[in-house]
Amino acid sequence: MNVPTLIRHRLAPFAALAMIILLLPFFFPSAYYYRVAALVLIFALAALGLNLLMGFAGQVSLGHAGFFGIGGYATAIGPTYLGLPSWLSIIAGAAVSSLIAFLVGRPILRLKGHYLAVSTLGFGLLVAIVLNNEARWTGGPDGMSVPRLALFDWSIRGSDTWYWIAGGTFLLGAILARNLVDSPTGRALRAIHDSEVAARVLGVDVARKKLTIFIISAIYASVAGSYLALFNGHITPDIAGFLRSIELATMVVLGGMGSIIGSLVGAAVLVVLPQTLTALHDYEHMVLGLILMGFMIFLRQGIVPGLIRAFARMRT
Amino acid sequence: MTILALEQLSIAFGGVRAVDGINLTVEPGVVFSIIGPNGAGKTTLFNLISGLYTPQAGRVRFAGEDVTGFAPDQLARRGLSRTFQNLQIFYHMTVVENVMVGRHRHETTGILSELLHLPSVARQNRSTRLAAQAALARVGLAAEAERSAGALSYGALKRLEIARALASEPKILLLDEPAAGCNAVETQELVGVIRAIVQGGITVILVEHDMRLVMNISDRIHVLAHGRTLAEGTAAEIRSNPAVIEAYLGIHGSQEAAHAIG
Repeated sequence: MNVPTLIRHRLAPFAALAMIILLLPFFFPSAYYYRVAALVLIFALAALGLNLLMGFAGQVSLGHAGFFGIGGYATAIGPTYLGLPSWLSIIAGAAVSSLIAFLVGRPILRLKGHYLAVSTLGFGLLVAIVLNNEARWTGGPDGMSVPRLALFDWSIRGSDTWYWIAGGTFLLGAILARNLVDSPTGRALRAIHDSEVAARVLGVDVARKKLTIFIISAIYASVAGSYLALFNGHITPDIAGFLRSIELATMVVLGGMGSIIGSLVGAAVLVVLPQTLTALHDYEHMVLGLILMGFMIFLRQGIVPGLIRAFARMRT
Repeated sequence: MTILALEQLSIAFGGVRAVDGINLTVEPGVVFSIIGPNGAGKTTLFNLISGLYTPQAGRVRFAGEDVTGFAPDQLARRGLSRTFQNLQIFYHMTVVENVMVGRHRHETTGILSELLHLPSVARQNRSTRLAAQAALARVGLAAEAERSAGALSYGALKRLEIARALASEPKILLLDEPAAGCNAVETQELVGVIRAIVQGGITVILVEHDMRLVMNISDRIHVLAHGRTLAEGTAAEIRSNPAVIEAYLGIHGSQEAAHAIG
């Protein structure tokens, strides 16, 4: 293959992304940056899953931190009470999340727009309440400690290692997402986004497709939640809280609905900005809010699609 | 053999009998038009046939099978497709991608192979795209394939919906006011498109207000008024039916009616 064919290959953007993830640490002045970058990638993975649901299929979820929390607590409860190794707990958490997504999704995905938003919000609250109240298993509001991830007797604790794990997983998640978007199911989902009724009369089983993408997005959130818990070494019910759900949805909208790289950019902004704004002390949240409003006013389609459009205009 | 039969089909919305005991049969390979004044129940009848509404009484038979109460996607998989009076375009997709969705019922790949982009998915995408391009060519939109759907003119979007429905290879195609909002040239193109569709062996059921188009192209015409059947016959029979002129266009005065139909 010659160079132009390689550049136009469907996975070329992901090769570029892999290069960025590989080269970025050379610019890190201290180990602290590994920690922030790993957090960005973990949140980006959850946001990507939610973006498949919201950006591509057009179905809102304001309770996705519920799956984030289930994945997180799986890696706490699995090794502590059930004797499962951490890596297996990640998979078990994803399995539990998909089962719950299946059971919850069937009734609520019939709803549309605001009604769907409120029901998913209710689901998220429910998970947070259970995590708060079932103190025997979860440690209640104080949370519980999460044993370190161990692979082949090698205990993983360093931020740099987590950066590579989260980076590799995000890359894999991004490629799977791209594959899905370019497939018959992906086209059906994008069709549902624009006109459910037209999709139905073309033979798309709308309820089933919505359920499929809801489950897939729950698995993304669950794995990301597991990583976050293992990375932090401690977990509290806040991981599944309302604010977390809103944060994930904001990442999706800010970065760009339907943009895979947008999920990464949205996560980067919402993780990095609060860290850099701490210098402003009392005004931190006010400035953060103003910046978010500014982004949405000037780049309404989200940062990545908005910038792509702006560049396209400049070239013509 | 009858391809579509409605028996005593009825639905009411809050006491208004929108469709009230309709009986009709459609033979394969014809253009069958449903006309009537505004509010006669034409679009409601379409929504009943295509499964968007569930009838409160009566039966729908499609190709010999009782399909009463079937969901739209079940009907689509049996070969019944439709377009919409108010456009239902997938605006976030390109023109050819819109039509590719029409191939959905012929696509066989599973979710796991799709996530992994196995060779079967690449093959499926290629064959779907080819079939979609062929459908676009049938309505004269082949050159627009890679454009964003939102960039098309109104008349072109109407034809895009037809291409999308054609891509599903239906036995019956329901066209809901395909000429509405089209200019004379676009309407003339539409006549050619519909003729070609019927020659391809697809039965067309048409709801349309453009009387010239209806009279020009229909093998049979079914006239509705207030949700009931007023008359049915060939274009010549309908044109000379005094009850039709009276009820359907009477309010405009007989002179104008004669002008419109004639």
